[in-house]
Amino acid sequence: MTLTKRIIPCLDVKDGRVVKGIQFVQLRDAGDPVELARFYDQQGADELVFLDISASVEGRKTMVEVVKAVASQLAIPFTVGGGINTLEDMKKILRAGADKVSLNTAAVENPGLIKQGADFFGSQCIVVAIDAKFDPDIDTWRVYTHGGRKATEKTVLDWAREAAELGAGEILLTSMDSDGEKNGFDLKLTKAVSEAVTIPVIASGGAGNAEHFAQAFEKGKADAALAASIFHYKETSVQEVKSYLREKGVTVR
Amino acid sequence: MIGIVDYGMGNLFSVSKALERLHADYLITSDKHKLLAADALILPGVGAFRDAMDQLPADTIQQFAASGKPLLGICLGMQLLFESSEENGFTKGLGLLPGSVRRFPGKTNDGTAYKVPHMGWNRLEFIQDSPLLTNLEEDYVYFVHSYFVSAENSPVTLAKTDYHEQVAAVVGRDHIFGMQFHPEKSSKLGMALLGNFLKIAAERKAVR
Repeated sequence: MTLTKRIIPCLDVKDGRVVKGIQFVQLRDAGDPVELARFYDQQGADELVFLDISASVEGRKTMVEVVKAVASQLAIPFTVGGGINTLEDMKKILRAGADKVSLNTAAVENPGLIKQGADFFGSQCIVVAIDAKFDPDIDTWRVYTHGGRKATEKTVLDWAREAAELGAGEILLTSMDSDGEKNGFDLKLTKAVSEAVTIPVIASGGAGNAEHFAQAFEKGKADAALAASIFHYKETSVQEVKSYLREKGVTVR
Repeated sequence: MIGIVDYGMGNLFSVSKALERLHADYLITSDKHKLLAADALILPGVGAFRDAMDQLPADTIQQFAASGKPLLGICLGMQLLFESSEENGFTKGLGLLPGSVRRFPGKTNDGTAYKVPHMGWNRLEFIQDSPLLTNLEEDYVYFVHSYFVSAENSPVTLAKTDYHEQVAAVVGRDHIFGMQFHPEKSSKLGMALLGNFLKIAAERKAVR
């Protein structure tokens, strides 16, 4: 079996521009989604995720233009998440050239949306993003929505299983406990979810170095791993991570 | 002119943008006459087999195929070229290539579970010479699918990949071709494969 483990840089987009301190001096325009996408493509990124953090209707419309521009330049797959609440929203983004849409809060509030999307576009287009935080009171991870601001009654393992049954093609799993800490992915969480479902799981939150990626794949049983700041701040590169993984015997492209 | 079959499904945009990067003229249309007039057709596809068969101008595509002009199915579009699929129960396909489409069992013979869909970059292994594979080297391409055509004993398999099953990755017979992965999303090798298809289309046109 030669399926490779995927490395996925994530870009936050607001009103058509990539935000969150990006340190790419060699680019003409460090906030241009297309330039950054091309940069990561050249580095060997297997996929990209664009998270639309625009708060306005105008910003969302702009995202469709961004998707078109990226799709016209790039020959690798990309996912768009953020603000996708209806089948219509999914249509707009996918028709503009995105390969997958990522659903988070909207799916928790209306799980039927997953099935709608999967029935219409096929499971492979539907990523369910889960923000997870450990809750000692229930001794398991709880699902959070609204960008991590709102706790729900759902446990992560149950929700992951439900999402998969409804037709999600992939789970994008972010550990709120690890996110931003750079101490590594939450391996216990990642492994638990990866073993609970039969669809691919993308580990997210906590990447600080190349070794963390190896751990996510070997101990966390992740199928892919996503990171933002360590790539944006050039603490490491996709190339470096991949050559480290190759040394460790992890199959990468 | 390359015709891209628009039947309300499939990622037309990414396929068309890939053709633009290759400087090919194309037309996205559902119009029967325009499709039949094209030098070659691309049948894209994302979604479910039965919905696609319901939406598809099947007669037009079969008529086009009978004319001897090149046809390329991509992903679900490749699966549609075969005789049938077990997706959502038994559904008849276009029947342009022999074989049927089935779901990854999600379990190996010894009972070990594996993930479905087959999603990500996997390596092609070339197994038959074809103008589609001329001057290309085996490399990784991007797959996303839960259903597949078995490469075992299939005379139309040109390249395969291994995902717990022997998966037909590039198929072809005469002027009918299919790719299970997304060439338009498969970096250099994907673009080169599309380039070869365009060459085949140009050569056929010159002969006609």
